[in-house]
Amino acid sequence: MALFEIRGLTRDFGGVRAIDGLDLDVDDGEIVSVIGPNGAGKTTLFNLVTGMIPAGQGDIRFGGRSIVGLRPSQILELGIARTFQNVRLFPEMSVRENVMVARHCRTRSGMLKAIFRAPSFRREEQETRQRAEQALAFFGSRLIGWRFDTPARSLSYANRRRLELARAMASDPKLLLLDEPTAGMNPRETQELTELIQGLRDETGVTIILIEHDMRVVKGVSERVVVLDYGQKIAEGAYADVASNDRVIEAYLGRTATTA
Amino acid sequence: MAEPTVAVEVPVAVEGELLAARQVDLWRAVRRGLVGGLTAAFVSANGMVEAFSERAVLGGQTLGSLLLVAVPVLVGYLAGRPPPVLQGFATPRPGWRNVAGGLVAGLLSGVVMAVFVTLIATFDVRRILINVTPGLVREPPRLLTFGLELGAGGLVLILALNAVLGAVAGTLHLLPARWRRAVFAAALWVLAFAMLQPVIVQVLRGIQAELRIWTAPLADFLYEPTGALSVPGAVAVAALAFGIHALLMREGRRPVRARLEPLPERSRRLLRLVVLAGILFLLGLLPQILGPFLSEVLNIAGIFLLMALGLNIVVGLAGLLDLGYVAFFAVGAYTTALLTSPQSSLGVGWIFWAAVPFVVLAAAVSGLAVGTPVLRMRGDYLAIVTLGFGEIARLLFLSDWLKPTFGGAQGIIQVRDITIGPIEIGGPQAFFYAIFCFVLLAAYVTYALQDSRVGRAWMAMREDEAVADAMGVNIVTAKLSAFIAGAMLAGFGGALFASKIGSVFPHSFSVIVSITILVVIIVGGMASVPGVVLASFVLVGLPELLREFAEYRFLIYGALLIFMMQRRPEGFIPSRRRAEELHEEEVGQDAWLRSQATMQQQAGPAGDGRSETS
Repeated sequence: MALFEIRGLTRDFGGVRAIDGLDLDVDDGEIVSVIGPNGAGKTTLFNLVTGMIPAGQGDIRFGGRSIVGLRPSQILELGIARTFQNVRLFPEMSVRENVMVARHCRTRSGMLKAIFRAPSFRREEQETRQRAEQALAFFGSRLIGWRFDTPARSLSYANRRRLELARAMASDPKLLLLDEPTAGMNPRETQELTELIQGLRDETGVTIILIEHDMRVVKGVSERVVVLDYGQKIAEGAYADVASNDRVIEAYLGRTATTA
Repeated sequence: MAEPTVAVEVPVAVEGELLAARQVDLWRAVRRGLVGGLTAAFVSANGMVEAFSERAVLGGQTLGSLLLVAVPVLVGYLAGRPPPVLQGFATPRPGWRNVAGGLVAGLLSGVVMAVFVTLIATFDVRRILINVTPGLVREPPRLLTFGLELGAGGLVLILALNAVLGAVAGTLHLLPARWRRAVFAAALWVLAFAMLQPVIVQVLRGIQAELRIWTAPLADFLYEPTGALSVPGAVAVAALAFGIHALLMREGRRPVRARLEPLPERSRRLLRLVVLAGILFLLGLLPQILGPFLSEVLNIAGIFLLMALGLNIVVGLAGLLDLGYVAFFAVGAYTTALLTSPQSSLGVGWIFWAAVPFVVLAAAVSGLAVGTPVLRMRGDYLAIVTLGFGEIARLLFLSDWLKPTFGGAQGIIQVRDITIGPIEIGGPQAFFYAIFCFVLLAAYVTYALQDSRVGRAWMAMREDEAVADAMGVNIVTAKLSAFIAGAMLAGFGGALFASKIGSVFPHSFSVIVSITILVVIIVGGMASVPGVVLASFVLVGLPELLREFAEYRFLIYGALLIFMMQRRPEGFIPSRRRAEELHEEEVGQDAWLRSQATMQQQAGPAGDGRSETS
């Protein structure tokens, strides 16, 4: 049985059908790319999966359990974490705190424990801190050391993307949804991140679905590619197959192409 | 592979000449002058000058004339200030332009004032502007012309005084920055000594009475019998301030904090303890030194401070703009009154401490009651709805419907004093300790929560609610817990208020209380405990102390709010956490760069396609 299944997912915004009867299976430990032209419904798919917008019809199952109708925080707790296309951090909080927030659902201490500084609170706080720093250390020296305490808003664009990824990873996800992780990065950083995504999967065994426009990344990292257009899945398979698929080329270029 | 992560600033004009310096702008000076003149005319027309003329502050001068004089000084200073130096431009050399700018601005404010004075001398505008009394220009004491008749040099005096003061203020820019700051410090100290006369005199006499240190003659030296700062006193204060400041600011002096840094951890901890003990000792003596009246002022400010700390959790940490905060204050006060007053409908007449758990409970329940319906609301909508809740609470306590329980407009009287064993804490001086303990508790709770799982959830919610939710923060619990925590602190405030006053009436819980608390935390600095402390003393304590301010309190609050939003939205003392973060950033950056440099030296100048970005 697949780790993550979508059956007949449909979502309308007024008269626009953003997702149209989508079926998708993702196996444990897979890296799947979702591609498609602008407005194809890729980000909407992520928003639906993470519960940030309520689902229309259809079912989303994760680990054998339906997650439709759950709150985003509950979905994260089950093990689906995401990053955002337009990086969304907590700008006034420090880098470390940004990541520590993601441990919220894995920790328990409440107000009273915090006020009385109970031993269990201190222990948990210490552990949260360590986990956050570990997650940040994944990016080498970029986000560690004195960077821990700098506010997130002071980071460079690429570092913000990295921080967002670290934040998502700190919640111990089983499934990671990356929304254009390399957008706005230069070729070198893109290359680095591509390797990192693979490393992430190999080390932690996390399943990854990513939306990506950069075909080099898609080609380099994904084991399977899913192509969306007008909310429908128009192709699925290995990169080479998808890239030569006529419908895909048509969706991207707007006409039937002769094989070039 | 390591990569330096510092943004390297490349000067725009690397090779070419620097562009000519931007100079003091004449038009800006004109604008400042006009605004200044209009402000002076405004405060004269709304009666502030006259009201403030009751208080003698400096030699023979009153606060009213000080206000009039302050305007040209301020606009002259602002107009004479050189514009900020932009990249690629030369730094302007101070010179006659600064003085001229100040002069122009001062003169223009004088012109506006002269026109205003002529106007109110010629026409009777009292039908429209009730506060334009004859005493301003027509009859003695002729406040606006400083006693002179209009024809007999009054107008000339206004023009000349304004121009000269503006020019003098502009001249300040000719001084090196260090001396200029020392002048500022001197002026501020003199102002503070003049304004805080009742406090300082009382403190000096109190110290003599309590500690047998011979300080009372100092009060006689500093102040005249009228309550004004005497001229020799002012000179002494100014000289002291100037000297201290010039000495502290001399170049190459390391800040105290930096000097303490190399000390071992143990002695630093010891030092901290000693300082803390000293502060606690002084605070313990404070009410005795201050006497009953000032202690009362301090208590009022303290209750507001307690509530401000609570609202700080709701607004500053969790980002939930609550304009009905007074409702929780009222709940705390009424719960205390119901349980401790033998006259109340319950008539149980418990002691204060027995009522406290119920205050906590009632506040938490009311926090829940307000929080639950507004769970889906954000920002402006939340503010409007909570504003409504605040009024609903007041009207419920006032209503005939609940009159059997809460006593309607008559409220509840005979609320018991706080007792500790057999000792009754009556009187403002003893009460100070009770308030102080609760404030300390509130400050600790704020710090403890800020740096915890709950606090982080609140802050994440403040920054971006949708993302906080997606990152696992349960928005429902986070919002409700913020409301409850804030409500409890306000409930304590209400409980103290009820037993301090000895009675509760619905009219004490108007929306103005909510607004005042909000102003305190905005002006002080969101999520900043020291800022909130300072702001509640200045904004709540000072108007209690100087009654002539009380009438213009909301005008001043409004002006202050506009100023803060324009110039310093982070508050007067921004959150220390943030300041620390910025400080650490610098220190960390230096250390980082140094380690990088050494590493590179060891590795040799190996080429490594380093990217410019990141």
